[in-house]
Amino acid sequence: MSVQTASIRSAVLEQVKLVAEQQKKHLAPLTDALPLLESGLDSLCLAIIVANLEDELGLDPFGTGNDVAMPVTLGDFIRLYEHAG
Amino acid sequence: MPAERRSLLDLTLAPGTAGRTLSDDGHRVALDDLRQGISLEGPLSALRGRSVLIACEDQLTFTLAALALDGVARRMLLCPPDLAAEHLPAVMVDAEVDAVVTDGTGPQPKPSPGVAVVRCGSRILPGSESAVDGSSVDTEWVMFTSGTTARPKMVVHTLASLAGPLEDGVAVAPGTVWSTFYDVRRYGGQQVLFRCLLGGGSMVLSSAREPVGDFLARAGACGITHISGTPSHWRRALMSPAAHKIAPRYVRVSGEVADQAILDNLRQAYGVEVAHAFASTEAGLAFDVRDGFAGFPAAYVGAADAKAEMRIHEGTLRVRSSRMASRYLGTRPQLGDGEHFIDTGDMVELRGDRYYFVGRREGVINVGGQKVFPEEVEAVINRHPGVQMSRVWARKNPITGAVVAADIVMRQEAGGQAGFAAARDGILQACRDGLPAHKVPVSLRSVASLPIAASGKLMRQDA
Repeated sequence: MSVQTASIRSAVLEQVKLVAEQQKKHLAPLTDALPLLESGLDSLCLAIIVANLEDELGLDPFGTGNDVAMPVTLGDFIRLYEHAG
Repeated sequence: MPAERRSLLDLTLAPGTAGRTLSDDGHRVALDDLRQGISLEGPLSALRGRSVLIACEDQLTFTLAALALDGVARRMLLCPPDLAAEHLPAVMVDAEVDAVVTDGTGPQPKPSPGVAVVRCGSRILPGSESAVDGSSVDTEWVMFTSGTTARPKMVVHTLASLAGPLEDGVAVAPGTVWSTFYDVRRYGGQQVLFRCLLGGGSMVLSSAREPVGDFLARAGACGITHISGTPSHWRRALMSPAAHKIAPRYVRVSGEVADQAILDNLRQAYGVEVAHAFASTEAGLAFDVRDGFAGFPAAYVGAADAKAEMRIHEGTLRVRSSRMASRYLGTRPQLGDGEHFIDTGDMVELRGDRYYFVGRREGVINVGGQKVFPEEVEAVINRHPGVQMSRVWARKNPITGAVVAADIVMRQEAGGQAGFAAARDGILQACRDGLPAHKVPVSLRSVASLPIAASGKLMRQDA
């Protein structure tokens, strides 16, 4: 694992925890196999996380020209950012 | 046409003209001179019964032309100086323009054999004919809506519909000196002009080329007593070191949602009653609120004795009154619904015994299917003591379609842009305390200023 992918992974996980706390959501234990819809995050939380990550990392894997499949698991979500990085 | 119709000039001279003036940043005209002459270089007879485009930048030039033409022209177009050239050909056709009164500035239509051109200016020409007693026509006053990019709609008013709101008795005392940040060709500014002219006062006109501080200093030096503007005008004025160069007895706010913060800030700044009014170019003045609070009493809706009748339809305010416009020019949908109520597009919400404006229907931000009005979020942000003004906009988002974002102008006392970092958490906390989660801005950005359109309203790029 490169330094960059490691830092992207930790940035994503950091945002997940931060937004869940701000939105007063109870998070399930975070594993790569965790389905996002069962993570405790609602779509507004995910929307905020995506916006924050764009501001923080300058990455927008969903942006125009990127024909991405919607992530199903937390692992999928993290990989989207790692591949965009 | 009723023979007893009195022209704008007649009604202006009626209260007496001693000491009364119209002035801008370059000229001052004594209203008494209007008894002797006009500001047009051609004979008024050449314009009788014509559809006249008044094209000029200066509001004083416009005002003098309108005083000469009301009762003479069949129709006059209150053309805003910033009308895009690409819209002009359609305006000429739709309004059947067959004469142009111009000082050579403002939108200039191409010369055409069927269109008379008469020069005008910002002073009364010695030896010219007088427009007094020339009245015979019920001139149509055509105003332009304030859309920023789309082709503006042309809205037909009459002297009677425009003068209707003056029945409220505000400032019809001699010695009143009115001013407004508005251009008097916009409804909000035109209303102030009529209050001055028909009420026996003087008027200090603004100028597009004049910095706000210079305007405030000039208005103060002229001793203005009554002044109006949009909340955006006022927020900008209160940022100026010259804000205290005026000492008005009456402050009026209209044209955009007046939130509690701007009403409170104005009362603190000037120590006087602050009235806010609801009006639109199409619907005219619906009501004003003088108790100092945002929103309006729920009892206004459906009140039998109101000057303007109001209804709420699917959350939107509808208005019907004698002050509203009669129609649009050109191929436009009919003005008003089957019962002649005009849909204002302004959404309201009942809280307790008051309605509050939440925003424009077309400006709504859709966050995952939930509606957010930029104005309701701005109202919360603007309550923060460090914030001068804000603009909320839709930031695209792949999950919910959009999320809420905000641009914020900090007060100078709060350190300006440098003070933003310290205030950021407090602003966000206020939003979290006062708004549901989907309305809380996801991103906050500090900006040095926010653009205000020629209409005096905050520019909303993505609205």
